[in-house]
Amino acid sequence: MRQVIVGNHAVSWGARLARVEVISAYPITPQTQVVEKLSEMCANGTLAARFIKVESEHSAMAACVGASAAGARAFTATSSHGLVFMHEMLHWAAGGRHPIVMANVNRALGPGWNIWTDQNDSLSQRDTGWVQLYCETNQEVLDTAIQAFKLAEAVDLPVMLVLDAFYLSHTAEPVDIPDQEMVDRFLPPRTARLKLDVNEPRAFGALVRPDSYMEMRWLQQEAMREVPHVLERIEADWLRMFGRRYGAIEGYRTEDAELLLVTSGTVTSTARFVVDRRRDEGEAIGLVKVKMFRPFPTAGLRRLLAGVARVAVLDRNVSPGHGGIFAEETRSALYDLPSGDRPEVYGYVLGLGGRDVTPSVIDEVIDRTRQCAQPEREDVWVGVNP
Amino acid sequence: MSQLLIRDEVPRDDLMTSGHLACPGCAAPLAMRLVLKGMGPRTIVVMPASCWSIIAGPWPQSSLQVPVYHTAFATGAALASGVRAALDVRGETDTAVMVWAGDGGTFDIGLQALSGAAERNEDLLYCCYDNEAYMNTGVQRSSATPWGAWTSTTPVPHPEASPKKDILAILAAHRIPYAATASVAYPVDLLAKVRRARAVRGTRFLHILAPCPPGWKSADEETIELARMAVQSRIFPLLEVEDGERWRLTVNHAAEAVEPYLRRQGRFRHLSEEQVARIQADVDARWGALMRRVDTGVLEV
Repeated sequence: MRQVIVGNHAVSWGARLARVEVISAYPITPQTQVVEKLSEMCANGTLAARFIKVESEHSAMAACVGASAAGARAFTATSSHGLVFMHEMLHWAAGGRHPIVMANVNRALGPGWNIWTDQNDSLSQRDTGWVQLYCETNQEVLDTAIQAFKLAEAVDLPVMLVLDAFYLSHTAEPVDIPDQEMVDRFLPPRTARLKLDVNEPRAFGALVRPDSYMEMRWLQQEAMREVPHVLERIEADWLRMFGRRYGAIEGYRTEDAELLLVTSGTVTSTARFVVDRRRDEGEAIGLVKVKMFRPFPTAGLRRLLAGVARVAVLDRNVSPGHGGIFAEETRSALYDLPSGDRPEVYGYVLGLGGRDVTPSVIDEVIDRTRQCAQPEREDVWVGVNP
Repeated sequence: MSQLLIRDEVPRDDLMTSGHLACPGCAAPLAMRLVLKGMGPRTIVVMPASCWSIIAGPWPQSSLQVPVYHTAFATGAALASGVRAALDVRGETDTAVMVWAGDGGTFDIGLQALSGAAERNEDLLYCCYDNEAYMNTGVQRSSATPWGAWTSTTPVPHPEASPKKDILAILAAHRIPYAATASVAYPVDLLAKVRRARAVRGTRFLHILAPCPPGWKSADEETIELARMAVQSRIFPLLEVEDGERWRLTVNHAAEAVEPYLRRQGRFRHLSEEQVARIQADVDARWGALMRRVDTGVLEV
């Protein structure tokens, strides 16, 4: 069934088709439509889930952890301050190995108040132990929402699905809504390996001493290591059943490129347009879209970027005192390539707080990268008027 | 009532084992043991940070024979709401969900989540065992600490300057179906309340005073005695509230003075006669206000 829907409703449809059992959420712009639609689905009986209208995001995530610990498929959605307010419970969800799925609509953090997109909310949750998947289109949002449950439940890790405020959340696009029966075949009901069960009482999350704590974190790391392989299998199934595939990372027109852009989220679509135009003009340029930020797709990125002369990383985020976060991660992934294969990595901070990243902004990034023989010592802030 | 023997009223079966890690004289394990006798084995316990995070035992041990989920400080009622929703959606409606939190996790950091759950009338029993300070971290004041008490963050000569928060009235104001106070010194009364709570659907709240010898600077062997004196002096009346409206005393003693109760605890040792008189006046005034609220049917002991 093909429908024209906004990104937020693509999330709602994904959660509905995944037959989530418990939803717990708190309103925040620009995510609110996700849970409004889900409340509607619960109210009219098209979704047989319990919706807990909690009093905060901290409680939203706590309730998801409780529901997941009791064996249910749990879902929430949030944005910006809501996400950072959950921070403690993000650690709890991941450390407790609860396969919760959450949609985060990327929105800048205050002060000053800003409802527009940037990635600092989700990227500042980098070390909480959540898988993070950044989407580019509403179709990808819907597909990823369903795949996220399969991934989460396969490795017992929570998955965060990330979409840009307004560019996706409030923009309507034609989306193919998969058939429920086929989704049911792809994603059967959850069977938890361990859960809160009065017939088999166990204690979860009790005090762990130094002699075993590290092993718990090690198992978490092992599960993270599984993610790329599991995602690849899931995407192969999805391709077979629904005819679409995205990849943890995607190379676009990378053949014989001298310069590759590294992008994420909707900036990717704009960059594709610029790459196409410049290719038409004979420039050897392409891009690499990073969808999966955690675990970081180091192997794939090295494969795509090795031997390319210059790489320009577009960061709609900043780690104050350092630079763009994708640029940092990219440099770290490429650091030990043989020096002949290791590209120069140019970092650009742009589009914070919803500032437009237009084709001309991306042209400016490309021109500057071409003109400078060496990257600056610090990532360059594009279009700032100090 | 006084003719009843406790051994006839309190079941022998336990869902708590020996080998827990509580301090000598701690009332908290006794409170848990009694409450679980009333709740039975089809109970899931959600436990935010508190002394009980330690008492329950480190991984891979547990002193409880029911499932336990240890959770972050602020999240007892919210996490339990999620457990409840999962059980309900899967048709396991006969399993009870119980939060077991200290006063810090209830009166302070967990109050918002508790208020949210109570306002939604989530189907769970929330138990607060109240030792009147942050005992697990070394006796820092909480909003459950009574006026005049020494704690490590209200040192003499500047002991606690605020009155204890009236948590029962706050919960009653949510008009939940059942809220009650209970004491380890009155196990029959406590068990009757647990059984009543078990039979009701919606949010139920049980506030249990739990003396703490290291924090109260009292003798290990005086815990039950102190818990009883708190009731007899009317500092901690035993009562229950239905739907936030019908208040009823469940144990009513002729009043004892507060001074002997205070003088047996090192945390009140510094109090002057005037300060003790002030506490007595406050207790009397609060008792008067309570009497205007309670229905008939008071149990005389």
